[in-house]
Amino acid sequence: MWRKLVLLVVMCLVVAVFAAKIEIFSWWTAGGEAEGLQELFNIYSRLYPGVEIINAAVAGGAGAQAKAVLKTRMLGGDPPDTFQVHAGHELIDTWVKTGFMEPITFLYREEGWDKVMPKGILDIVSYNGEYWSVPVNIHRANVLWYNKKIFEKYGLKPPKTFEEFFQVAEVLKSHGIIPLALGTKDGWEAAHVFETVLIGKLGAEGYKGLWTGKTKWSDPRVTDALETFARMLQYVNSDHAARTWDEACALIVEGKAAMNIMGDWAVGYFYAKNFYDFGWVLAPGNEGIFDALSDSFGLPKGAKNRENVINFLKVLGSKEGQLAFNIKKGSIPARTDIDKNLFPEYQRSAMEDWLKHEIVPSVMHGAAASESWVTDFKDVISLFVARPDVKTTQKALVNIAKAQGVPQ
Amino acid sequence: MKADRIVALLFILPSLILVGIFIYGFIGWTGWVSMVNWRDVFPDFTFVGLRNYSRLFEHFRFAISMKNTLIFTILFLLASIGIGLLLAILLDRKVRFEGFFRTVYLFPMAVSFVVTGVVWRWILNPGTGGESVGLNWLLEKIGLGFLKSGWYTDPNIGIKAVVIAAVWQMSGYVMALYLSGIRSIPTELYEAAQLDGANVFQLYRYIVLPLLRPVTLSAVIILGHISLKIFDLVFAMTGSGIGFSCDVPALFMYDTTFRGNYFSQGAAIAMILLLCVAALIIPYLVYSIRSEVRR
Repeated sequence: MWRKLVLLVVMCLVVAVFAAKIEIFSWWTAGGEAEGLQELFNIYSRLYPGVEIINAAVAGGAGAQAKAVLKTRMLGGDPPDTFQVHAGHELIDTWVKTGFMEPITFLYREEGWDKVMPKGILDIVSYNGEYWSVPVNIHRANVLWYNKKIFEKYGLKPPKTFEEFFQVAEVLKSHGIIPLALGTKDGWEAAHVFETVLIGKLGAEGYKGLWTGKTKWSDPRVTDALETFARMLQYVNSDHAARTWDEACALIVEGKAAMNIMGDWAVGYFYAKNFYDFGWVLAPGNEGIFDALSDSFGLPKGAKNRENVINFLKVLGSKEGQLAFNIKKGSIPARTDIDKNLFPEYQRSAMEDWLKHEIVPSVMHGAAASESWVTDFKDVISLFVARPDVKTTQKALVNIAKAQGVPQ
Repeated sequence: MKADRIVALLFILPSLILVGIFIYGFIGWTGWVSMVNWRDVFPDFTFVGLRNYSRLFEHFRFAISMKNTLIFTILFLLASIGIGLLLAILLDRKVRFEGFFRTVYLFPMAVSFVVTGVVWRWILNPGTGGESVGLNWLLEKIGLGFLKSGWYTDPNIGIKAVVIAAVWQMSGYVMALYLSGIRSIPTELYEAAQLDGANVFQLYRYIVLPLLRPVTLSAVIILGHISLKIFDLVFAMTGSGIGFSCDVPALFMYDTTFRGNYFSQGAAIAMILLLCVAALIIPYLVYSIRSEVRR
């Protein structure tokens, strides 16, 4: 009797220790994104049955909280098996250069991903000739969303240039409608809008140069961008400090505000609220430019279930995985060989643009600069929203670039 | 006698070791980190002396957040202690249903700061497009429309709006402290004063308030260290606020460490917060140890 019991206990322990597991870390907990993640889990479970998936997601927009948890775990020597990270400098500067990751170039060769993903995205997941993560999706940051009904009511055309933007805003203001919805509670949203203003004023090359030193931050076009941004801020809702990005989108849904500059995760929000009267154009002056960010997953050194992670990464990069995930998430696949007719209208247009527009990396979402630069940049712009002092702010922007070792 | 000592030592040894490692050990570690050049996820232990501190004192966000903490601490202490004392005195006047009121006033303390923050974020939301919500709506309905304001979205108010929420939460606790203080004053003192012909005002002025001094000191210490370290309430209610008008050092520390990867700078902020709290508590400890010795 006792012997049997002991045997049973020992067997249970053995199973508990050796049971196949994979722990996946992300900040996808809301609406469409959680569903997209579930789709990936479903495919994985079908292909590799018997592996227990542990969903270690930490809630919080733009991953601010999740990143803090991740950093303490990585530094404490307890890495999750794989984790979500923005492709670009956030991946390379924070995790690759510091030696926390394993290269996965072999997977790219085996699966042929380097042939189906465009150069713009391959560039930002590589370092020292190796690939370091698998991009699951592409989001676009430089979109201006508008309420179609309001625009029809006042006979307005969605603005393409800054001049048109201010004309439209003036008309809307005179009718008592908030021209531009903004939510700055989480601290990054204003800098997000300013990023699109920088692109609008400096163009793709000029904007990219800001992060490499080719364009100086003292450039008169940066002054122009700051002045324009200050002017735009005169047309935003007065309670923006009380709202998060989605609460700003709510103003568009409720018909209180007419426009909003936000990434295309706003589509997911609009659909979730059963709101279909929205239209989109590119942010003012952003014609022909795709301001991109990408969520990706990599292979940390010391992952406890290495084989399972490699299988999961294969699912992420596969046609099937990218299709299932992105339809739910509202973003577009990083692969270019997926039939766009399977996607809703907005995503179709983004997929077309992805192929023909010039791709620039988003700074506020980790693609263009290191996390320390992004944090300082965000702080300077946050202060600018309350105290629109162009001269001091430009000087501060020059200084933080210098502190990053970029010659000015 | 000697065996007694050894046994006593054995009993406190586990907690002594744990406290030594997890409090003083980590304080020492933080102090060390604040003097190295750790500015990336990967630690860099090059000693740089006080450079992180001098950089910090030049940082605009640190200056704003320290000023905010000062404003917050002063207003929060004054308001909580004033309201707490007033409520305690009123309750002590033998009101009916005292138990009920006591519970009502004390209840907010049972709520977590995060809940308080979220609720007051909604109450003090000024609303958009001329439409009033929350407290502004209430003010409008009762004819006090001129009192409407942008609350924490107004950079001139900022952190002062957070004070309202903090006072709501903690003044009941101060009331409880004072009430027990008042109740512990021996009745003979009241009777003697009444025999001498003291009126109610004089009774409080010359008997109750002087005897409550130690309670006030405890209240200042307890509330003071909460307010210097405040993080959760501000984080849930406003974040850094417009132009950092609601920012506090703890929030800056979190941001710069975990978003910006400036681990050394974060550690320097932690050390400065520690010094601020120490400046408040050490005189109190010295005072209380001395008075114990005297006894």
